[in-house]
Amino acid sequence: MALTGIQIFKLTPKKNCKECGCPTCMAFSMKVAQGAMTIDQCPHMSEEAVATLSEASAPPMKTIKAGFKAFADNKNDSEKEFALGGETVLFRHEKTFVNKTRYAVSVCTCMDDAAVDARLASVAAIDYDRIGDRMYVEFIAVDCGEGAAPDAYAALVKKADGAGRPLILNVKDEACAKAALDVCKDKKPILNAADASNYEAMSKLAADASVVLGVTGASAEELYDTVAALEKAGNKNLILDLGTASVKDAFEKAVLVRRAALKDNDRTFGYPSIVNVGKLASGDSHMQAALAALFTMKYGSVVVMEEMSYAQALPLYGLRQNLFTDPQKAPRIDPGIYPINGGDENSVCLTTVDFALTYFLVSGELERSGVPCNLLISDAGGLSVLTSWAAGKFSSGSIAKYIQEFEIENKIKNRTLILPGKVAVLKGDLEAKLPGWNIVVGPTEAVQLVKFLKDMQAGGQA
Amino acid sequence: MPFTKKLQKFNATIRTVEVGTGDKTTKLGGGNTLPFYTFDAPTANTAKIGIEISDLGLAHEPDCIKEVYAGCETVADMAKKAITIEGVDFLCLKLEGGDPNGENRPVEELVAVAKEVADAVDFPIVVEGCKNVEKDAELLSKVAEALQGKNVLLMSAKEENYKNIGAAAGLAYNQLVGAESAVDINLAKQLNVLLKQLGVDSGKVVMNVGSSAAGYGFDYLISTLDRVKAAALGQNDDSLLMPIITPVASETWSVKESTATEEDMPEWGSVVERAIDMEIETAVACLACGTDAVILKHPTSIATVSKMISALS
Ligand code: SF4
Repeated sequence: MALTGIQIFKLTPKKNCKECGCPTCMAFSMKVAQGAMTIDQCPHMSEEAVATLSEASAPPMKTIKAGFKAFADNKNDSEKEFALGGETVLFRHEKTFVNKTRYAVSVCTCMDDAAVDARLASVAAIDYDRIGDRMYVEFIAVDCGEGAAPDAYAALVKKADGAGRPLILNVKDEACAKAALDVCKDKKPILNAADASNYEAMSKLAADASVVLGVTGASAEELYDTVAALEKAGNKNLILDLGTASVKDAFEKAVLVRRAALKDNDRTFGYPSIVNVGKLASGDSHMQAALAALFTMKYGSVVVMEEMSYAQALPLYGLRQNLFTDPQKAPRIDPGIYPINGGDENSVCLTTVDFALTYFLVSGELERSGVPCNLLISDAGGLSVLTSWAAGKFSSGSIAKYIQEFEIENKIKNRTLILPGKVAVLKGDLEAKLPGWNIVVGPTEAVQLVKFLKDMQAGGQA
Repeated sequence: MPFTKKLQKFNATIRTVEVGTGDKTTKLGGGNTLPFYTFDAPTANTAKIGIEISDLGLAHEPDCIKEVYAGCETVADMAKKAITIEGVDFLCLKLEGGDPNGENRPVEELVAVAKEVADAVDFPIVVEGCKNVEKDAELLSKVAEALQGKNVLLMSAKEENYKNIGAAAGLAYNQLVGAESAVDINLAKQLNVLLKQLGVDSGKVVMNVGSSAAGYGFDYLISTLDRVKAAALGQNDDSLLMPIITPVASETWSVKESTATEEDMPEWGSVVERAIDMEIETAVACLACGTDAVILKHPTSIATVSKMISALS
């Protein structure tokens, strides 16, 4: 909970010495409360007061760093490790969610070699670009089955490490955990091992290897007590495992933990979470898809599946991409030429704005038409057709400039350009600015494009 | 200090709207917590699932849907088959053939299909129009008249045609009214207020606040659903206390993840699996944000989502 000016004032030395640049300690306190100054700008603050204040102003949910990124998320991403947690709100319309859910697939000592090899090989198969983001399986979970020997577990960990992803070590036995860490601790795995019975020993292992410790509990209360005990012992590098008792139980914990941290400012629960939908719906790929979507929406920082197929991944990564966008800023598409249905230099051109939603609607309908074409996307400020037109960002001038800058006339021989019906008014001006082009006014709604293009094709115009 | 669960109690409850008649009805809404937050308070009703069939029969459906209805000769046959599928709470008949830009089937013909289906099954029915506002104004009004006494939900009245559909369905023929607005809390609210001013009983209105497939501008839908539920429950906003219905199948089955052939996208694998998971994940995400009923198409999706709803109840 942020402190008020009065609460901060009580902690100042009340000397009014002005060294901080403020006329009085009270004025200084008000500025700190507003976030305009920081507490260390007063040289006379006692250590105790600084500690109290920094604790109080710390974010409610910690950002925990783990693993290593096999690939950058996108061209703006320079982080080497995965950041988990660090959220400040419960709903995306309040403020942007910051650290997206990460996905893992699992291997286990209970699987035979061939199955393990196949599973690990499948990890690399999911790898594609969606609006500039690289989508792939980010972690591999390695389960230590009942009664597995430390050597056997370490061997599996070594093999999994070979797949080039950071690991989540799901293990309850101390000797096995130690053997596994010896193999892979440099790659910053998550040691998902602690519970009420073993947390002291596991915390020591995690701290010695300087890796994140996963903690679980039979109930929210037990989980809370174990986290409190770990924090007391000095370990605050944690992730909370929501358990595998039941879907209902894991969902309840997911919400209670996040809500306690963000709504009630209870920092003991201010950690990211991990949920194993592979175990909650073992052998049922469709239910795992359902639960992966559920826990992406509600508060899973890492979602572990048995395996990941394209069928599961395509909607899941799309959902994640939508969920973690800035609610104030519309997602945009890079300007460029987007050929559809095998469109080439002889195919008809259409143009629209760079607002991602418009692009998706239009490109989807174009695909459905089956007519080869080129979709030309110019920089229109990331707004819808009418809004960007009204803002002067989608005009005959901007379209003509784009055609020139992207050297469209050198790249495409076809000279028919279809305009969105909503900006039919641009036709005359565009014809003047783009001599040699046949400017055609298209339909006002994307859904009408299929018929429109098919009719053009039938009439020999496309 | 031990952890004490702080429960989130609301003084409001989403209205319950019962679709159908006799002992074959389904109740939409009735919740008094955020979706699936059963630990906060016992919730009266759980999320419901509808199955979608079209007046166009099977001609336009993918093979995996044709297989489900193998042997069905008429739309009424399909309806009879659909309601036996595990997890289905209501039937949704889409009269998409009415679209003037498509098949442009005449209103009388479509009303006859609706009548045939309603006579063939004793089950809660939702009738969806063709999305063209002028055609729907006439079509849904005529359907409301023809299906009098069946207590069906007509989807949807929009800003442009709510007067016709609201008057026919909500006032003249005592049916249920679906109110459809474009992914925005204020537009949803405004339409509900307009329907009320028209004299439609708010207890007979179900909202469709927009729909989209996961990955396709779904962020707007998440925030709209989250905000509608927060305002309805948190502020007891009477004009937003209607249950929410979201047509999922009509969005998810047309995106490229669900349609690209295995020849075109060999690395993507089975197109049937892709279409099913797209339908499941979109439906689950809608339910997690506050949709009270989803409309789906494939039996595997329906079984999975139904099982998940039970697991969370
Ligand atoms: S420097 Fe510290 S003691 Fe001096 S006026 Fe500022 S707040 Fe007060």
